[in-house]
Amino acid sequence: MLSKNLFISSYCHVKNNTISFNGNVLFSDDSQDFSGFVKSAAKHLNTSYPKLYKMDNLSKLASLAADAILSEQKAQSDTALVFSNRASSLDTDRKHQASISDTNNYYPSPSIFVYTLPNICLGEISIKHQLHSENCFFVFDKFNPEHLHGNTEYLLHHKKAETVLCGWVDFDDKNYEAFLYLVSENGNIAHTVDEISRRYRSKL
Amino acid sequence: MTNVYLSYNNSVSSLGFSSEDVIDAIVSGKTGVKKVNDSSRFMNSFYGSLIDSADLERAIKNLKVEGNFTTLEKMMIVSLTNVIHSANIPLTEKVGLIISTTKGNIDVLEKGSPFPAERAYLSVLGKTIRDVFGFKNEPIIVSNACVSGLLSISVAKRYLVQGIYDNVFVVSGDLISEFVVSGFNSFQALSNEPCKPYSIKRSGINLGEVAASVLVTSDKEKLTKESVELLGDATRNDANHISGPSRTGEGLYQSVKKAMEEAKVSANELDYISAHGTATPFNDEMEAIAFDRLRLNHIPTNSLKGYFGHTLGASGLLETIVGMHSLHRNTLFASSGFDTLGVSKPINIIDRTRESDLNIFLKTASGFGGCNTAAIFKKVNV
Repeated sequence: MLSKNLFISSYCHVKNNTISFNGNVLFSDDSQDFSGFVKSAAKHLNTSYPKLYKMDNLSKLASLAADAILSEQKAQSDTALVFSNRASSLDTDRKHQASISDTNNYYPSPSIFVYTLPNICLGEISIKHQLHSENCFFVFDKFNPEHLHGNTEYLLHHKKAETVLCGWVDFDDKNYEAFLYLVSENGNIAHTVDEISRRYRSKL
Repeated sequence: MTNVYLSYNNSVSSLGFSSEDVIDAIVSGKTGVKKVNDSSRFMNSFYGSLIDSADLERAIKNLKVEGNFTTLEKMMIVSLTNVIHSANIPLTEKVGLIISTTKGNIDVLEKGSPFPAERAYLSVLGKTIRDVFGFKNEPIIVSNACVSGLLSISVAKRYLVQGIYDNVFVVSGDLISEFVVSGFNSFQALSNEPCKPYSIKRSGINLGEVAASVLVTSDKEKLTKESVELLGDATRNDANHISGPSRTGEGLYQSVKKAMEEAKVSANELDYISAHGTATPFNDEMEAIAFDRLRLNHIPTNSLKGYFGHTLGASGLLETIVGMHSLHRNTLFASSGFDTLGVSKPINIIDRTRESDLNIFLKTASGFGGCNTAAIFKKVNV
């Protein structure tokens, strides 16, 4: 199969109460906790969306990062999602577990339980941006550019998608980090494992 | 062009610890679903399909593997050992390991668990499995709700087609713990009787636990009598709701359509559909709508949930393995629990186990997060 060159057309970091896009800070506010930060960030970026506030932390984090990239241009419906992290949905898993560990104080809730799957954030992004596309959630010990690169190359070279939004969204207790990037036939940054690692490690 | 085959396989379930035993049980009309009274799993009784813990202990003891393993790890080790031994492939750097699960060792979060909470991280589960067998590569863990097991086959294909690996072992498993039962109960999704997929009186799911394994290979020398070739596959999101299926079956419709296009297979070439069929009112209705839109109404279709319950992240792989054996035996297995059709579109549910010439089947799965995966498999005559 003829392999066209692929590029990273944009990327986004969310960490330390700061959102950056293509290496430039879009919004920063370290005066609030994560939920407050998400609220002000979404307002500031004009991506407010009532459903955002019902989501769990992982989906809020993933949505914020995805919005920064996909709102730039109207997302193509054939944008595949290839996400990964370390903690899966453990942040919400612990909440569901706490709700069932005492029979005298037993309060499991479907609105929490549904978020005990890491791929729910893919569903949330798909709903907001109307993506009827390939999606896959991977779990690795740490950020793993080789596997993200291989899966993305396959999806684009085999016409399973026109663009791929991929990366890392991890929320574990009070620690969180998102790094998402968009891959297609257009862009200036070569889609290579080295470039993915370099953008991931960049401070912004 | 790289051909992708499914070969050596195993399933560890309430119906047996080998694929052959499991298939024999299905042929003889047995079901693994029973009423469960076990307060460690749920405060009330429920219908489910559970692996016998004494059988599992015996099986793991026979393997003489060193280590202190959780229940899920034991299930996966027993299942994968069988496949790795039969396949007899040296575990070089060209051999991949994919593990698919929704909740992994989530039971270690329970009070009184003898295992540290760190074991709940899926990468720790992955490392445990890798180290038992000595895989050279780090495990690829797929956690994508109830399509995980089927999606893992798609992912394995990507690595074979790109030449990254020559062989990929896929193991899939989930446990029926208090975590899972309490959650589905809070959704009021559990049936208080054996489940009845596609039937008019269906009232929800039964949960089940299983570990299933398969070798995905491009090597024609490594095929078995029940091997199939993966002709096409696709995953599509409904983009509609995170916990409810689309009313139009959009994601399932699109995933099947794309898989058929890649497979270059038309509706009248499909001999059998192994559907998802959880027996919730909305899921089964959604599938009927999607199959109707695809003009697949006439194709013999079953859900295997009546035999194993809903085995969550493992269901897609388990049910693909059963489909391989169904083709090999040229036998359509009855959709256990089915009586009177209770969906709004006519679909052809298999009401009794019967012989039939089978060549190509479609496997579908749908899950929370709006995901749907479809794959088409063709019999390989070895």
